[in-house]
Amino acid sequence: MGNTSNTQGISSGRLDAGQYKQNFDDIHSPLDSHQASVEASRCYFCFDAPCMTACPTSIDIPLFIRQIATGDTTGSAETIFQQNIMGGMCARVCPTETLCEEACVRNECEEKPVKIGLLQRFATDSYMDKDRHPFQRKAETGKHVAVVGAGPAGLSCAHRLAAMGHEVTVYDAREKSGGLNEFGIASYKSTNNFAQAEVNFILSVGGIKIENNTALGSDIELDALRQDFDAVFLGMGMGGVNNLNLAGEDMDGVMNAIDYIADLRQASDFSSLPVGRRVVVIGGGMTAVDIAVQTKLLGAEDVTLVYRRGQDQMKASVYEQQLANIKGVKIVQWAMPAELISEDNVVRAIRFDYATTDDQGKLVATGEQFELAADMVFKAIGQKFINSVFGDSESPDLNNNRMVVGDDRKTSLSNVWAGGDCIDGGEDLTVAAVEDGKVAAMSIDQYLKTDS
Amino acid sequence: MADLRSDFLGIKSPNPFWLASAPPTDRETNVVRAYEAGWGGVVWKTLGEDPHVVNVNGPRYGAIHGADRQLIGFNNIELISDRSLQTNLQEIKKVKQEWPDRALVVSLMVPVREESWKAIVPLVEDTGADGIELNFGCPHGMSERGMGSAIGQDPEYIENIARWCKQSTRMPVIVKLTPNITDIRQPARAARAGGADAVSLINTINSIMGVDLDRMAPSPNTDGKGSHGGYCGPAVKPIALNMVAEIARNAETSDIPISAIGGISTWRDAVEFITMGAGNVQVCTAAMTYGFKIIEEMIDGLSNWMDEKGYSSTDQFKGAAVSNIVDWQYLNMNYVAKAVIDQDKCIKCGRCHIACEDTSHQAITNMKDGERYFEVKNEECVGCNLCACVCPVADCIEMVQMTEGTDPRTDKPIVAEYANWTTHPNNPGAVS
Ligand SMILES: Cc1cc2nc3c(=O)[nH]c(=O)nc-3n(C[C@H](O)[C@H](O)[C@H](O)COP(=O)(O)OP(=O)(O)OC[C@H]3O[C@@H](n4cnc5c(N)ncnc54)[C@H](O)[C@@H]3O)c2cc1C
Ligand SMILES: Cc1cc2nc3c(=O)[nH]c(=O)nc-3n(C[C@H](O)[C@H](O)[C@H](O)COP(=O)(O)O)c2cc1C
Ligand code: SF4
Repeated sequence: MGNTSNTQGISSGRLDAGQYKQNFDDIHSPLDSHQASVEASRCYFCFDAPCMTACPTSIDIPLFIRQIATGDTTGSAETIFQQNIMGGMCARVCPTETLCEEACVRNECEEKPVKIGLLQRFATDSYMDKDRHPFQRKAETGKHVAVVGAGPAGLSCAHRLAAMGHEVTVYDAREKSGGLNEFGIASYKSTNNFAQAEVNFILSVGGIKIENNTALGSDIELDALRQDFDAVFLGMGMGGVNNLNLAGEDMDGVMNAIDYIADLRQASDFSSLPVGRRVVVIGGGMTAVDIAVQTKLLGAEDVTLVYRRGQDQMKASVYEQQLANIKGVKIVQWAMPAELISEDNVVRAIRFDYATTDDQGKLVATGEQFELAADMVFKAIGQKFINSVFGDSESPDLNNNRMVVGDDRKTSLSNVWAGGDCIDGGEDLTVAAVEDGKVAAMSIDQYLKTDS
Repeated sequence: MADLRSDFLGIKSPNPFWLASAPPTDRETNVVRAYEAGWGGVVWKTLGEDPHVVNVNGPRYGAIHGADRQLIGFNNIELISDRSLQTNLQEIKKVKQEWPDRALVVSLMVPVREESWKAIVPLVEDTGADGIELNFGCPHGMSERGMGSAIGQDPEYIENIARWCKQSTRMPVIVKLTPNITDIRQPARAARAGGADAVSLINTINSIMGVDLDRMAPSPNTDGKGSHGGYCGPAVKPIALNMVAEIARNAETSDIPISAIGGISTWRDAVEFITMGAGNVQVCTAAMTYGFKIIEEMIDGLSNWMDEKGYSSTDQFKGAAVSNIVDWQYLNMNYVAKAVIDQDKCIKCGRCHIACEDTSHQAITNMKDGERYFEVKNEECVGCNLCACVCPVADCIEMVQMTEGTDPRTDKPIVAEYANWTTHPNNPGAVS
């Protein structure tokens, strides 16, 4: 008899093979061509379309949908890629309910937006299924740009620079490229190794070389990059994780959600992943929802997500919260962790203070407490930028411990640009990172043409 | 409850909805099913001389689809009945006997020879059918053989054949007109001159539905070749309405009873044709799209509407809209309307703005205080109705008459008096 959801403690193989497959399949099945044409016909082709304004990369949504409706799927995908070379991943991971689809005027009359995300996926999948690339690389300029980080920001920047004829070398600390697309995004959003397929698609523009296992701060230094290259783009994301600041955080069973998710994304067999019978997640963002849902899908019996404030303040959208509920995750609000309880240095439970806000809006404990039994406690209370990567090199200006950039995504350093999660004011969305990379590339191109 | 009974040329039917001569009325099985479903009458699929014609074995139909593949326009290259005359006549006789309260009219098409017509008409009369309809409309296949629309385009033929038929039967004779002509009043007049009791219109319109870009051939096609076919369905309704109106409002033809056909798909379409002077209506494409069951909606809708409006019979609103169709020159030039956008209904798609901005009179805003906001600028609006046409929300944009003050666009005072083009100062031929 194998393990089940109520096998005590931490164990792997709680489900049968078919169940894993079903649980981690595409969360929204892609549209077939009939469904796409019906859905596309719902678009009103709005003037100055609100959806387009709501898209961080300003994809011409009415145009690409009209192209689907008229049977020009290739043109549709090209319209998307023109603005967003990761249109494929964005179609899968964007919280469309708070972006384009929230702005759709169909909400006004029918409370049912056009399924823009799924249509975008239809167009980009159809395009990427065939071996082709939407950009023709311009003649080589002889300029060479270094990009640090092969996540959405770095790859978007590298792609746009390469398309404009510059040569690009991308350095990434990890053995695989793609950043959080490869190591972070929930499995059921990016199935069938799509992240790597997309990396290859992006690289097929030509002119981009990737150096994996090469970290800024240990293998390469910013000062040197600035010397050796005509310009530098930094898109390292956020490597660090915020701590709970409780005693015993290093005890067994207490872990970073991000690390566990990375293992999950790399696992070739979900049944090999050990998961607790009782899981407690602390946090209120996308990472918290993702770890909660995915541990539940791995067969945990009880998963509770605990957030210190109310529903409205949760960074995870209402849609994401509902998804968690549907998958069987219990969400507890207005509670903050007070104490980890262990036995032989293994977590056994966690105690919470009920929380409220005082007159100034500051979070305070009410004095009441409760305890949740836990075999695993996940920390998902945010990541942080590791500024030690600059070492002895001159550091760009930081604010809130993230890099300060202008509208053109240029840092305070003369030939250094930055984008994605590592910049101040970053939205922590794939699509925002893609936009940063693209905007930076245009600015770098301008700089290379004039200033150097 | 309104009385829907209909009397067209003395042909009685429990309601004014007939199925037009076409596949729905091709054979006993279909017609019986139609009667069972509630249709008031049928015009049997057109009969011809033996040996009967044959149809192609490839596609006969093509369609134009709207969003979500709603069938908007339909086309066919089907010929007249491809079964023997005897088979049809036997079935007609049997059906009429079994369904005496339903109208059964038989459509006919034979060559332009007096003896041909005079031979077939009595055979039909023997079946007990209520009337005949002369198919002078079929625009494909049969027209190449000198029949169908080839006749409908020649008033002299129409008159002669109508006369031959009237001479050989006591049954009412309906002449079915082709729309493939510039002035529909001429064939109507010819039918009348030949003694026909009524006209029915429209038959189908010559059309090619599209081009198959892989085969470089019309679509649909038969072995790579296509022929023009007859167009019908919702898309042709406006054309049919106009032709019916032309006959109804013209002094020389206004007293000819009309059986209206063309794109009728709902009770409302039917009512519109009746207000335009039709005595009853015939339906083909809608039945071919949805099956016979739509008759339930048609009967019920008509009845409810009549109850709501206080009509007890269709005669009470027959032709009610005819006098309001006039030539352009008699439209009131002093009438001024402005578009008004209902801000509560507006979903802010901006289609009115861009349509007016790009292709009309730049009369709709798109912003107010940095927000999307669509409002009509009365000083630019010419009242053309484009915005209302392109607005996706029904009744969101209305054209509202100005009844006093000054038109801010022209700075001219609004006057209540009627004045038309015939006296307008810009008209070189104006009469004062
Ligand atoms: C669990 C989780 C789920 C998420 N789900 C969604 C979602 O559903 N939808 C959405 O829009 N967004 C989601 N996000 C956010 C989104 O993934 C990020 O906003 C986005 O990936 C940021 O892109 P980036 O290129 O800035 O950084 P990253 O994707 O983090 O990429 C940074 C890259 O830099 C490399 N790197 C780091 N340090 C160094 C160094 N010193 N030297 C060299 N290379 C280095 C890393 O290896 C990595 O490849 C999620 C994030 C997480 C953590
Ligand atoms: C497939 C098909 C076959 C038709 N065959 C005939 C016919 O044999 N005789 C005839 O008078 N009209 C024929 N018609 C024309 C219809 O009777 C009718 O006049 C026309 O379709 C317009 O009406 P609708 O828009 O309701 O379809 C045919 C139409 C179709 C679609
Ligand atoms: S009625 Fe015509 S001119 Fe007036 S606002 Fe509408 S589109 Fe413009």
